[in-house]
Amino acid sequence: MGTIHTGTKAYENSSAGFFKRLLKDLAANKVLYLMILPIIAYYIVFHYGPIYGLQIGFKKYSPGLGILGSPWVGLDHFVNFFRSYYFWRLIRNTFLINFYGLIFSFPMPILFALLLNELRSNKFKRTVQTISYLPHFISIVVICGMITDFVASDGLINDLIVLLGGERAPLLQKPGLFRTIYISSGIWQGMGFRSIIFIAALSQIDQQLYEAAIIDGAGRLKRAWHITLPGIAPTVVILLILNIGRLLSLGFEKILLLYNPITYETADVISTFVFRKGLEQYDFSYSTAVGIFNSVINFTLLIIANNVSRKVSDYSLW
Amino acid sequence: MLNKRSAGEILFDVFNILFMILVMLVTLYPFIYVFFSSMSNAGLLMQHRGLLIRPLGGVHLDAYREVFKNPMILIGYKNTLFIVVAGTSINVLATSIAGYFLSRRGVMLKKPVMVMMLVTMYFSGGLVPLFLLVNGVGLYNSLWALIIPGLVSTYNIIVMRTSFMGIPRSLEESAVIDGASEFTILFRIILPLSLPVIAVMFLWYGVAHWNAWFGAAIFIRDRDKFPLQLVMREILINNETDSMSTGAATAEVAQVSDTIKHAVTITGTVPILCVYPFIQKYFAKGVMIGALKG
Repeated sequence: MGTIHTGTKAYENSSAGFFKRLLKDLAANKVLYLMILPIIAYYIVFHYGPIYGLQIGFKKYSPGLGILGSPWVGLDHFVNFFRSYYFWRLIRNTFLINFYGLIFSFPMPILFALLLNELRSNKFKRTVQTISYLPHFISIVVICGMITDFVASDGLINDLIVLLGGERAPLLQKPGLFRTIYISSGIWQGMGFRSIIFIAALSQIDQQLYEAAIIDGAGRLKRAWHITLPGIAPTVVILLILNIGRLLSLGFEKILLLYNPITYETADVISTFVFRKGLEQYDFSYSTAVGIFNSVINFTLLIIANNVSRKVSDYSLW
Repeated sequence: MLNKRSAGEILFDVFNILFMILVMLVTLYPFIYVFFSSMSNAGLLMQHRGLLIRPLGGVHLDAYREVFKNPMILIGYKNTLFIVVAGTSINVLATSIAGYFLSRRGVMLKKPVMVMMLVTMYFSGGLVPLFLLVNGVGLYNSLWALIIPGLVSTYNIIVMRTSFMGIPRSLEESAVIDGASEFTILFRIILPLSLPVIAVMFLWYGVAHWNAWFGAAIFIRDRDKFPLQLVMREILINNETDSMSTGAATAEVAQVSDTIKHAVTITGTVPILCVYPFIQKYFAKGVMIGALKG
C-alpha cells in the first residue's frame, strides 16, 4: 500500500504516521466510506451481534438481565446435553441421514454428469439439463407439500405400492421410512442442479487427451476411466471433504416440514432439536450450547477430512 | 466417427437416452400430476387411484375459484410481493455498493472490511442468538425482519466485486477527470456495464425471497403479515382448514380437499415456473463462478 511520496519518510512506520495516512485516506475517500458505512453497521449488528450472543451458551440467560447481566454457569448446559436422554439419538440421527446422503445422494450427480457427457446430441443434453434443474427452484414448502400428499395413505406412492402388491400405509408416520423418504426426495430435488459443478469440471478437461486416446485405440470405457475420472477427481474430493465437514449438520427446514412426534425417533436431528428447545420452549441458553457443540464438531470433522485427504490424495481445501 | 461405433456402444447410447428420458419423466411428472389433479372433478379424484394422464371429468376451475376467494392466499401474495420487490431492490443496491467499495483501488480500509465480511462466511452465531437479536432490535412481527437481517450475502458481494474489477479503468478515467462523484461513477458507469451480473443478483435474491418461509415462521405472529409460503405451509402440510375458510381460527377439522391443495400448489409455483426458462442458465452460471473460485 505504501506510495512513493510517503515511503521515503522515516516516521511513516510509526503509529502517528499511520493515523496521519488514515485521516488523509478517510478525507480523500469520504463518499466511498459513507457509502459502505451502513453495510459495515449491518455486519456488526446482524453477524457479529449473534456471535457475541453465543456467550449465553455458557450463562443462565434471562431476558430481564440481558446477555451481559446473566450469571455464568460454565459448561453446565453442555454437560446436561451430554447426559440427556436425547444426546445419542440426536447424534445417531444426524449422522445417519448425512451418511446415507453421502452414500446415495453424493454419487448421483457425478454419475448423471458423466452420462450427460456421453450424449451425442447437444440439444437433447440441454433439454435434459434444463428439466433436471427445475426442482431446485421450487420452494421447500411446495416440495414438502407434494411429498406429504404423495406418501399419504391415499396418495400416489401408496397407489403404486398397492399396484406392486404392497399394503397401503401413511408412510410419513413410520419412523423406519423417514430417512428413505428424506434421501430419495433429496436426490429428486438436487441431482440435476448439483451436477452443474461436475459438468463444469468435465468441460475443463483437455479435449486433446481424448483425441490422443482415440488414436491409441482406447474405447469409451477406457477413456472414461483414464481421462474423465482423473479429470474431475479434484472437484469430487473437494466436495467430499466439504460434505464430511457437514456430517453432523443438516439443513433443518425440510425436516421441520416433514417430521412429527411419531417420527422423532429417526427424524429429530441436532438442528431441529435446537429449534424446538430454543424457539418453542424458550430454553435459550441450553439450545445455544447445543448449537455451539454442533459447530465445534463440524469444524473438527472438516479439519480431519481435509488432513486425511491431503495425505491420501494430494487434494485439500487448504 | 459414426461408422466406428460398435454394437456395444450403440446399445449404451440407446440405454443412456432411455435413462435420460426416464429422468425427465420422473422430474416432471409430480408437477404434471398436481396440475391435472388441481383441475379434476373433486369427487372423481377421491375415488381415483394411480397416475393421472389428464384432468378427471374434464377441466374444472372450481378449485382455483376457491383459492382466489380465500383472503389468506391474497394476503400471502401481497406480503410476498412486497418482500420480493422491496427486499430484492435493497439487496441488490447494498450488494452493488459493497462490491464497488471492495473493487476500488488505493482505499486503506478495504482489506479490514473484506476480512470482516469473509469471517462471517465461516462463523455465525446460529439460530437462537440471531432470534434474540432480531427481537432485541424491535423487528419482531415486522415484514422488515424478513429483509434487514439478510441485507447482503457475502458470497454475492464477492461475485459482484470480481465482476466490477473486470471493467477496464480507462472507462471511468474521463469521468474522474471531469470531477464525477463516486455515486456517478457507480450508477452511470460501473452498473450499466455490469447488467448481466446485476440480473443474476436480482434473480438469486428474488427467488430466495419468493421461496423463503422459515424467517416468517419464527419472526411473524400476525396472520395478516404472513407471506405466501407460510400460508401454503398451513394448507399443504399442517392441513389447516381455517386458513381456507375465513381466516378466523375455527375448530373445524375437515380436510382440505386434494383439488384445492393442488390448486394452491400451482398458484404458489406458477410465478417461478414462468420465469424459470429465462433464469435457469443464470443460476447455472452462478454455480460455475463459485466453482472456479472455490
